[in-house]
Amino acid sequence: MSILQLSSVSKAYIEYPNFRHRFLSWFGRQNPRLKKHLILDNINLSVEQGEAIAFVGQNGAGKSTLLKLITGILAPSTGNIQVNGKISAILELGMGFDANFSGAENARNTLSIMGYHPEQIELAIPEIKAFSEIGDYFEQPMRIYSSGMQMRVAFAVATTFQPEILIIDEALSVGDAYFQHKSFDRIRELQKQGTTLLIVSHDKQAIQSICNRAILLDQGSIKKEGSPVEVMDYYNALIVAKSHEDIVLKPTEEGKLQTISGNHKAQITEVKLYNSQGIETQDLQVGELASLHIQVEVLQPIKQLVCGFMLKERLGQVIYGTNTWFTEQVLTDVTEPQRINYQIQFAARLGVGSYSCTLALTGGATHLQENYHWIDLALVFKVLNINKTEFIGTNWLEPKFIIQRD
Amino acid sequence: MTRLQLKTQQIWQNRFFILTAIKMDFKSRFSRSLFGSVWAILNPLVMVAIYAFILSKIMQAKLPGIESSYAYPIYLISGIIGWTLFTEVISRSLMVFIENGHYLKKLAFPRSNLIFIVLGASLINSGIFILASIAIFLILNFYPSSSLLWLIPLEILTALFALGIGISCGVLNVFLRDIGQVVPIILQLLFWLTPIVYTINIIPQDVQYLLELNPVFDIINMYHDVLAYQTAPSMQSMAKLGLMTLIANIIGLTLYRKAHNQIVEEL
Repeated sequence: MSILQLSSVSKAYIEYPNFRHRFLSWFGRQNPRLKKHLILDNINLSVEQGEAIAFVGQNGAGKSTLLKLITGILAPSTGNIQVNGKISAILELGMGFDANFSGAENARNTLSIMGYHPEQIELAIPEIKAFSEIGDYFEQPMRIYSSGMQMRVAFAVATTFQPEILIIDEALSVGDAYFQHKSFDRIRELQKQGTTLLIVSHDKQAIQSICNRAILLDQGSIKKEGSPVEVMDYYNALIVAKSHEDIVLKPTEEGKLQTISGNHKAQITEVKLYNSQGIETQDLQVGELASLHIQVEVLQPIKQLVCGFMLKERLGQVIYGTNTWFTEQVLTDVTEPQRINYQIQFAARLGVGSYSCTLALTGGATHLQENYHWIDLALVFKVLNINKTEFIGTNWLEPKFIIQRD
Repeated sequence: MTRLQLKTQQIWQNRFFILTAIKMDFKSRFSRSLFGSVWAILNPLVMVAIYAFILSKIMQAKLPGIESSYAYPIYLISGIIGWTLFTEVISRSLMVFIENGHYLKKLAFPRSNLIFIVLGASLINSGIFILASIAIFLILNFYPSSSLLWLIPLEILTALFALGIGISCGVLNVFLRDIGQVVPIILQLLFWLTPIVYTINIIPQDVQYLLELNPVFDIINMYHDVLAYQTAPSMQSMAKLGLMTLIANIIGLTLYRKAHNQIVEEL
């Protein structure tokens, strides 16, 4: 049995011009001509116990509404939601705290609303105080808290008793770097114990490191569902999608899905990786000088042409990326037809593992202004350690240990 | 399991929340005050004191049926006990959804809890007020009789009747905030249309029946019977109150059922 099951769930808000219309609607006299805002449209979703799912999408895509429906705060207009577990949720950065009460009092209130026994709650309070690390503020009224401090208490309260389903809407991005690390550690710990996680986040790295599945919502419906890397790449492309751009998903040889987008005013036609001996390869040694050759075909006149590349590790985390905008090598007033060759030389100071290369042709510093051609997974290569000291991680730092014995 | 059993079970499971919330309700009202809950009793007592001092000159005459030279203050306090409970439940229910918006929007919990908090907190306040009043009665050498026991069903029915009206207004108030402004005005009018500070016999005989149309009239009369006149309340009035309570709550519940999905959206 799934822990969470949504079957054809829709949520619509009806705009009532006045109270009379609303009142009549309660008694079955719905005026069909009233304006309806469809927030969520026919969502079908099945979540198994222990999964970690990220909901991504632009503002207004319906992510928060969906989480509110799952939590049970809002009721769906049509469809059915079945939840088989206790939910703990931080929605819109809060847990219903009252600014006049202290952190401790709010923690007690919220936990008792969630149905915990006063004795259980008293046992949890010291733990919540310790985890949130806000010191004496814990006994002070919340109105003097910073938003980060409120967030700390909210997170501590939401996770103090292991929930079967933990829902976090955006909240993780509020805390400082230290608390973010701490929260992620706790989330991983809960995951190990079997908690199902549903989060809304714009933090790509967080999503890719915690979640096993991502769901892209766009205008109220599920646009794409799959591995976080795949969905985030697609989402990235969707952000810049304009009417004259198309997004293509193409399976690579290893079976991963690659996202290609852009308006094709210029096109990448060939990508090759060479090792230090000038031989085309898919394997590099740690620290080896490598060269990436990119062939670009210009199909329409272009005012500014920027070429960028980005290396990602196996899970999709960005290791490095830059472009010719930042190196001040922008080509201006490029005419068609023309063929341009880029050579990117770099030392593969990387750890052992598999890396992918994302390439982009854009009109400026980012692909948000104009996107000519964007290819995720344009090339995949491996880094091997043949003659260097054994190490872990994605960076080769080449450290020296200096040891002195007194 | 029937719906009722399920509901009862749910309330039982949430008893700690309801109790904590009632405690927090007291705490929050007096959270930054020096004398804390003393204000809860002081407020109605000051009201009684004002009326007693100002109006006792006019109403110096002994009230028939009350064996005390302080007949008027006793009559006044009796009526105000009932009136305070009635208005407190209505005013709280009127705002219950709006004031608890921060919980309703962020946490999922049985909404009926809020109603029990309103009932619980108001009944406890009223209980404190009754105890304080009895103390005053004793000071005035007026010893309440066993008719006092009638207060228990009377308090409960009055609170429930007010709850039915209050929830109806509370639901509407979420969507139509004018309700929150209008209800206090209506309560104010009703206060003077009910014989609380005056006795019914100062009203001309031929218009008295108009006052009797006022649903609170009977309730306050019963409080007078039980506390001031020390007799059992009229069973007819009690039955009437029971019926009104039922009707008010059916209306309140129906409105709530129809609108509750839209309440969170509107807050």
